Amino acid sequence: MINLTIDGIKLSVAEDTTILDAAEKIGIRIPTLCHHPDQAVKANCRVCVCEVEGEHLLQTACSTAVKEGMVIRTHTPRVIKTRKLILQLILGRHPQDCLNCIRNQNCELQALVEEYGIRDNLFPLKLKGLPEDRSTIAIVREPDKCIECRRCVEACSVIQTVNALCVEGRNHELSISPVMSKPLAETGCVLCGQCIHACPVGAISENEQIDEFLAAVADPDKIVVTQIAPAVREAIGEEVGMGTGDMPMDKFVAGLRRIGMDYVLHTNFTADLTIIEEGNELIQRLKENGTLPMMTSCSPGWINFIETFYPDLLSNLSTCKSPQQMFGALVKTYWAEKMDIDPSGIYSVSVMPCTAKKFEAARPEMNDSGFRDVDLVLTTREVGRLFRMFGIDFDKIEPGQFDPWMGKYTGAGVIFGATGGVAEAALRTVYEVVTGDPLDDVNFTAVRGFEDIKEVEVDLKGITVKVAVAHGLGNARKLMDQVQAGESPYHFIEIMACPGGCIGGGGQPITKSNVKRKERINAIYVEDEKCPIRKSHENPEITQIYEDFLKEPLGHKSHQLLHTSYKPTNKEIL
Amino acid sequence: MNSYKDILSKHKGLPGGIIQAYHAIQKEFNYLPEEAIIATAKEFGIPTKDAYEVATFYSYLSTKPRGKNIIRICESAPCHLAGTNEIVATLERELGIRMGDTTPDGKFTLEFTQCIGQCQGTPAITINRKPYVDVTPEKVPTILAEY
Repeated sequence: MINLTIDGIKLSVAEDTTILDAAEKIGIRIPTLCHHPDQAVKANCRVCVCEVEGEHLLQTACSTAVKEGMVIRTHTPRVIKTRKLILQLILGRHPQDCLNCIRNQNCELQALVEEYGIRDNLFPLKLKGLPEDRSTIAIVREPDKCIECRRCVEACSVIQTVNALCVEGRNHELSISPVMSKPLAETGCVLCGQCIHACPVGAISENEQIDEFLAAVADPDKIVVTQIAPAVREAIGEEVGMGTGDMPMDKFVAGLRRIGMDYVLHTNFTADLTIIEEGNELIQRLKENGTLPMMTSCSPGWINFIETFYPDLLSNLSTCKSPQQMFGALVKTYWAEKMDIDPSGIYSVSVMPCTAKKFEAARPEMNDSGFRDVDLVLTTREVGRLFRMFGIDFDKIEPGQFDPWMGKYTGAGVIFGATGGVAEAALRTVYEVVTGDPLDDVNFTAVRGFEDIKEVEVDLKGITVKVAVAHGLGNARKLMDQVQAGESPYHFIEIMACPGGCIGGGGQPITKSNVKRKERINAIYVEDEKCPIRKSHENPEITQIYEDFLKEPLGHKSHQLLHTSYKPTNKEIL
Repeated sequence: MNSYKDILSKHKGLPGGIIQAYHAIQKEFNYLPEEAIIATAKEFGIPTKDAYEVATFYSYLSTKPRGKNIIRICESAPCHLAGTNEIVATLERELGIRMGDTTPDGKFTLEFTQCIGQCQGTPAITINRKPYVDVTPEKVPTILAEY
């Protein structure tokens, strides 16, 4: 242990602790901008500087390890003056139209400028005049807002191994840009949106489509039908002043009706349906020597990734559409029929924790219903803004219920939102379908949690199924390299593009660290436990849709509406 | 034109090989074409991102097409005081281009550079690797005529 003094308080901390972390232990928060709790130390913004006795110059708290006997002062007049100067230098290159910014009131720079009482601009504003990048349907870059902290670059290259963003040039000419200064759409970007969470300011954001939504609601010829993805309920409360997981589902439903949704249904229903289709596909591949390991296909960032980086493995992907797209294809066919509604008037809006879902919905092949299957995707953040815009008080709102035919779900659908959830939900069904015996315990805890790669072996009375689960594309890459090398021992691989799974998706409330992701995962399993039915094949509306419409898993109708195919993106710049 | 693929294979696997390869490519093409950076990434087994970051980090490497002869004008303080601005204006007028641009015939490119250590003879410029000192607007046409 190392003994030191911070602001007159004596403490002992482990070796290699930084000044930043040591101060935090005794309740002193040193300001940061380029520092990110889940990333490497960068020490380029300098705003965390402190006085260290015996050192002539101020030292950066994020990159300086404590030493025996160190005496540190974190908020002396000299330190405060320097931090103010650093913030003013950053403001000299950062647009000050906070009122119009998507990160207004949720911006690390704005918060520090407020904390340090910056009342004047010491330096005249000088912007680079770089153009906005709206080349993709999911992500918008506003490079003039960038403060060059490099957190997005690390999220993209180290965590996701996508390498779409880079540090271009150096010194005063340095800028953070897509590789080769190309529009984002021309790079290997998979639209996972992890760069959005990494950005301390508003330089990267989702393509906000609130106006399109409001226009659809205002159109008397449109019947607006929504689906809520797993993982959204766990996080949406954070957008309206509640704790993680605290938004009750019935109040969430009521809120969605208040903002103009005519019918509220649940993606969890098609998550259950995915399990029936995907589970049967797995059983078929196991029995008929199909391509193994079979890989899940729910996460559109992951689909973009494999189509771009591992096109030779596309036949390993399950042909099942994602729950969002299964829902889209069914809402304008099966559900329209049941409700006696003309499908041409249905405007299907999905509420997703994901930025890549915007791209998935816009894929040209996603029109098996005879119409665009999903018309609009709103992220959790956009729906949070709508809730605030509509002035909804969730303490007082009367609870609402889901509409029939595609609103019922099981705990298996709920856990789709967390890493390991799809694998666990599949195992709950596959075990019972293959063995004919009920499971003693539906909890496959080995595939839960935040470990990089998790695995479990399940004995289906004669067939042993080896399952691997990876979250974050860097971890996915490890499993794919193994498959490419012909050394993969697995039969079934679940991949979710984002760290923690969909609960950490690019469309979720801005998430600074994995601590928040873990809280949301816990909330998912709490909800699963509370569900009266926890196995997809026991969902009564699932039984009904097979009886009335689909007839059988992997049948003709399923192939027409619920399955898809993939193709390489053939991108050059990877 | 010599293919950059031949150049790359010579430097592959050497320590710092990527920078040497870039210099060799630039000797051939006067800049690093996009395809060359992509090919370099593939050849060295690194993401294009890393190859591009190296290509943009060093001021003697360029990712933009440049002319056959690169005129670099020292923009450090001593040269500035001695009249760099007049030299810039004269060069821009004589060549019909602005700083940072290349003549349509691909013969000359105008760039600024940091101090080139010729402070005894300000203002100073270099053309390719050759320094010219005590440059005056009157001397510019004669200097250009050498190329």
